[in-house]
Amino acid sequence: MRQIIDFFVRNKNFILFLSLFSFSLILIFSNSRFHNSFILNSTNSVTGKVFETNSSILSYLNLKNENILLSEENTLLKKNIYNSGLVTDSVKYEVFNSTIIKNSYSFYNNYLTINKGKQDSINEDMGVVSSKGVVGITDRVSKNYSRVISILNTKLNLNAKLKKSNHFGVLNWDGTSFLTVQLKDLPKQSPVSIGDTIITGGNSFIFPQGILIGEVSSFKLDDTQNYIEIEVDLFNDMTNLNNVYIIKNNHIEELKELDE
Amino acid sequence: MNKITSNIFTAFLLIVFQTIIFNNINLFGYLNPFIYIVFIIYYPIKNDRIFFIFISFIIGLLIDVFSDTLGLHAAASVTIAYLRPLILKISFGLAYIHQVIKFKNIDFRKKVVYISLLSITHHIVLFGLEVFNFSKIFFVLERAFLSSLFTITLCILFSYLFKTNER
Repeated sequence: MRQIIDFFVRNKNFILFLSLFSFSLILIFSNSRFHNSFILNSTNSVTGKVFETNSSILSYLNLKNENILLSEENTLLKKNIYNSGLVTDSVKYEVFNSTIIKNSYSFYNNYLTINKGKQDSINEDMGVVSSKGVVGITDRVSKNYSRVISILNTKLNLNAKLKKSNHFGVLNWDGTSFLTVQLKDLPKQSPVSIGDTIITGGNSFIFPQGILIGEVSSFKLDDTQNYIEIEVDLFNDMTNLNNVYIIKNNHIEELKELDE
Repeated sequence: MNKITSNIFTAFLLIVFQTIIFNNINLFGYLNPFIYIVFIIYYPIKNDRIFFIFISFIIGLLIDVFSDTLGLHAAASVTIAYLRPLILKISFGLAYIHQVIKFKNIDFRKKVVYISLLSITHHIVLFGLEVFNFSKIFFVLERAFLSSLFTITLCILFSYLFKTNER
């Protein structure tokens, strides 16, 4: 008995190190659905406040750029209204606007934080877009803030298709460059050429069909020789985002019931 | 008492600087220095080791909370806090064993070796756990070495900036 106690006393540093290290490992690998740790991410009130103050200062410096983007978008919207005359999907999809208070793009798995939460009827698994294209999907929501899985996150898979045909594939990021994402599992016979536009497909409950993602910069057959793998240049500059729009699908529960 | 307050103040400042400024540098698009490890590098050598390992863990965890990387920085900084005596022994040899080193007046070359060993260890643990894929080992090593070059440079500059405060 004494020897066991002696052993622990002699190795107390190592035991402390080992227990803290394994505790961090538990945190890392159970991060995705670890509800008890919801206070330990950037949506809690303290860190949220810090980032909000920080971004309110930075958004002043970015004001000119952002104004140009906003006016560009307004012209586009007006053009759409004049061209189409009636809005068909207005009941199915609701749109909320929001501001990014924390952005990251240099890690392997990137997340953004936005300043709308449960109070503004934001829920988990809603699509987030900017004026130029897809940004990500909301993942964790607190009262006033929510966290968004960026399109630059290796864990995010999106349904995407070619604009000129209905062939679809899976959009995923390989973690190397924040300018390009990869579209995989596109059938061999689909008519791809460089410069084609990639948009979101209608197979997802989260995004409506036809939201812009990027354009084809290069493509090749994958290892199985049956599918095409495409490098997609994003339309969005993921390093320069401020205003985003959150898309809520009112029919999502109905669609999910149908799927079961 | 005064020592403890000033330590807490330094740690607080480092966390704020790390999350607001240094996490957003993104040199060449992806290189960020992890400057908060100067706290572990310049922590007094005569210390209570249990407390030192624990405080490093807390600082890592706080950085994690602010950068949405739960557990990564905590694991990396607890590792270098545990390995620091070994690294001190490797880089300073006899001087460390006789407990006579002061960060104020040590040889520049030895200091660089010491800082580099600590920061490379830290970065390899950090990026290794972040990617956690053995087939991307070169990707991990490349990022770890480039980022640590950046961190080492800043840590050395930092040591000149706050020279009078070192014990």
